[in-house]
Amino acid sequence: MSADLTIILPEIVLAVYALGALLAAVYTGKDALTRLLIWLTAAVFIVVAFWIGVSSEIGTGFSAMIVKDGFSRFAQVTILLSAAVVLIMGQDHMARFGLEKFEYPLLITLAVIGMMVMVSAGNLLTLYMGLELQSLSMYVVASLRRDNVKSTEAGLKYFVLGALSSGLLLYGISLTYGYAGSTEFSAVILAASGSVPLGLLFGLVFMLAGLAFKVSAAPFHMWTPDVYEGAPTPVTAFMATAPKVAAICMFARVTHDAFGNVVSDWQQIIALLSLLSMFVGSIAAIGQRDIKRLMAYSSIAHMGYALMGLAAGTAGGVEAMLLYMAIYVVMNIGTFAFILSMTRDGLETTDITSLNQLSKARPGAALALLLLMFSLAGIPPTLGFFAKFAVLQAAVDAGLVWLAVLGMIASVIGAFYYLRIVYYMYFGESGTPLDNEVPVFQMVALAASGVLMLALFPNLLGLEPAAANAAAALVR
Amino acid sequence: MDNLLSIVTFTPMIAAAILALFLRGDDAAAQRNAKWLALGATTFTFIVSLFVLSGFDASNTDFQLVEERDWVLGLRYKLGVDGISVLFVMLTTFLMPLVIASCWDVTTRVKDYMVALLVLESLMIGVFCALDLILFYLFFEAGLIPMFLIIGIWGGANRIYASFKFFLYTLLGSVLMLVAMIAMYLDAGTTDIPTLLAHQFSYAPLNVLGLEVVGGAQTLLWLAFFASFAVKMPMWPVHTWLPDAHVQAPTAGSVVLAAILLKMGGYGFLRFSLPMFPVGSEVMGSLVLWLSAIAIVYTSLVAMMQEDMKKLIAYSSVAHMGFVTMGIFAANQQGIDGAIFQMISHGFVSGALFLCVGVIYDRMHTREIAAYGGLVNRMPAYALVFMLFTLANVGLPGTSGFVGEFLTLMGVFQVNTWVALVATTGVIFSACYALWLYRRVVFGDLIKESLRSITDMTGRERAIFAPLVVATILLGVYPSLITDIIGPSVANLVETYDIATADLVLDRAVADAGH
Repeated sequence: MSADLTIILPEIVLAVYALGALLAAVYTGKDALTRLLIWLTAAVFIVVAFWIGVSSEIGTGFSAMIVKDGFSRFAQVTILLSAAVVLIMGQDHMARFGLEKFEYPLLITLAVIGMMVMVSAGNLLTLYMGLELQSLSMYVVASLRRDNVKSTEAGLKYFVLGALSSGLLLYGISLTYGYAGSTEFSAVILAASGSVPLGLLFGLVFMLAGLAFKVSAAPFHMWTPDVYEGAPTPVTAFMATAPKVAAICMFARVTHDAFGNVVSDWQQIIALLSLLSMFVGSIAAIGQRDIKRLMAYSSIAHMGYALMGLAAGTAGGVEAMLLYMAIYVVMNIGTFAFILSMTRDGLETTDITSLNQLSKARPGAALALLLLMFSLAGIPPTLGFFAKFAVLQAAVDAGLVWLAVLGMIASVIGAFYYLRIVYYMYFGESGTPLDNEVPVFQMVALAASGVLMLALFPNLLGLEPAAANAAAALVR
Repeated sequence: MDNLLSIVTFTPMIAAAILALFLRGDDAAAQRNAKWLALGATTFTFIVSLFVLSGFDASNTDFQLVEERDWVLGLRYKLGVDGISVLFVMLTTFLMPLVIASCWDVTTRVKDYMVALLVLESLMIGVFCALDLILFYLFFEAGLIPMFLIIGIWGGANRIYASFKFFLYTLLGSVLMLVAMIAMYLDAGTTDIPTLLAHQFSYAPLNVLGLEVVGGAQTLLWLAFFASFAVKMPMWPVHTWLPDAHVQAPTAGSVVLAAILLKMGGYGFLRFSLPMFPVGSEVMGSLVLWLSAIAIVYTSLVAMMQEDMKKLIAYSSVAHMGFVTMGIFAANQQGIDGAIFQMISHGFVSGALFLCVGVIYDRMHTREIAAYGGLVNRMPAYALVFMLFTLANVGLPGTSGFVGEFLTLMGVFQVNTWVALVATTGVIFSACYALWLYRRVVFGDLIKESLRSITDMTGRERAIFAPLVVATILLGVYPSLITDIIGPSVANLVETYDIATADLVLDRAVADAGH
């Protein structure tokens, strides 16, 4: 087999699996296979994740269109594992609310392939290709509940704004191509050194705007709350985890691989995006009563902190960002595992007041969610604190003390709404309680991530050196 | 044993985990088991901590009983005590069994209550033992979580407001400290506290946003730490969270808050601000002295007008903490000795006063002063105990309260006579509010119908107060018990401080002479 194909073998395996599964599902009784497919997809994800994790394959393929290095490996493993967990914990929910469509696991697979391409792109075209594969799959999954107005609205909104951001990104790519003479990162980085031509700078700004849409950084965050609220909850859980990791890793690829010589040119833009995201996410969430919308704003704020690491423009910054994203994914999986289990009389509910007195009805779940909320707020001794500590350290090291100070102030504002969830669970007045029967995998995911928040093992179970390797591979 | 401090720190946490995981049910038997387990664990912790004290060599000013391990993100897990911190560890372990015993009559969610108190104890001991900057921050901030729950779940009518205010107020103060800690880490290349104590932070004047900062980086770092510790202390004018938190917290919560949590601020000043940023402290010192003097007078006057007993004691705590900050930033042997003494003594006295309020609150379910009067007729033992602690609070010679106030005033007098003058009036005001409170609650005729059947202290309550009475009087008549332990470490601190600030003091003298 040629070296090119060997490089992208994991992606090929996934694509073949997706097409094969599609054929099988179409030929047999369609939706009857859904449950099996979900499990199978999750299993394939986990196997591929381990395969990528243990293989030390490093290199480029297709004339450097694809770059496999420590960075892409870290991102791909995170994406695959989180997608697998989200699939497993969401399947009961899909079954219960009549969403057992076989397209769901397949579209997720395609989206994951897109993300894997995004994080290993070595060329603006590959990057765009991966991004579009991911986005198109996600537009469809977001409106999976076709007969529901909010779900179709979510899909449409996501599509229109996503198309707009893709347009911005493409415009930036074309400007970059015009002034750098190539779409290859290795060529762009040569053109973008010393004093950057104005056109190239324009290209950079447009690309950053397009990418900011994808990570839902303020002021390009408007779609996030509506889409989070409208999409079926398992899909929301998915959107809050893997695509965020992919998008921000792609962000890091573009800034460091293509524009790594002109850090000061993009540093100020990212610092501003980060600042706005932290404040918009923290302040706007205060008024939310719907826990899915609240998590949307929370993810906006968290993207702000991850971008703070990126804004440092150093290897330490990228390492902090990767750590932050890995911990963020675990926190979100746990929280969404709980949101998936929020039903009352068999109907889904997302109102935060329905958490009233949860600590009496389900003390274990309440305790796990308490840990997750304090972790999201960044209060020690939870992992969320160490994530914030890492990005702060990177920012202060890079001289962005003002950003660090303002970010911490935003985190205090943000702490308010996480505390309010704790307030409902522990101090709230009695109300109609939530159903007590919870699917086992949601319970396991919630408990596991709750416990992980206190797992302060040396080196964070190998996460730390892995992130350091990944960052070293990206920032040379 | 090499890991004695870890045992002391984590025994309550382990007991909490056992309670949370293995104790089932919410019936009377389960509640009783939870209380006994918590009492046993805290008592055991106290006994083990006695070994810490006996193994501690006061003449050695280095950190002792040090243990060190690798940890996350290049940080290290390091514990140790010196003359300044060891007594705070003892104070915590000594008070916690009494605190547990004081909530014997609680019946709502007893298991959770015990878990929260035990976790809190671990975190508080950790604050005083931590020898790594970030580890300190971790314990310091994590303590907010159980306290938030204690106020929010078991508190009074307005507990939600109080718990949120407590949490967000203190968090806002602390996050600035975190940024400063990271800046220190990057400057010194380590988060190890003993190394940082030897590290010289730059004090070349800096220009920030067009403003000339005397003392440069040291002053900025000092301010960031000050934001956190001043809120925790609490100092005027950022004390407003304290009365709310105290009034709404349950009795045990109030005792822990007043007796131990407030001391973290003072300990932080002694551990970080003074030795690590001596120039910053010297630059900002007179500001702190004046803030303290204002706090003493202002909060004493406010305390006089309170109608809620807990609020009155809370304001009196703020005033007493004013003596502490004043003593610390006088930066001489008497001042700092007095400040530490005052903190320890205030731990016993204010804790006991809140317990006193708890005793009658448990019977009458009100803390309003006007609802009482003439208690001496039905509760003679209570009247005696309450009087002792009231007088200790005023600072009567012979009680521990006197030593701390006298030493801090003497320390400040040498530095700034005017501040000492203003602060001394606070001693008079404290006599006014404390004695007036005592008169309104205890003396007079028993005319209120509801008080006719009130009963005196039970055996359990007497047993709780007995150790506190002994400690208060013992420290009052024999203060060397404490000053012998803290003396060498404080002398060492003052000496390094004087050397570090010699240049600045000289510059000032020259500038004064020039005028």
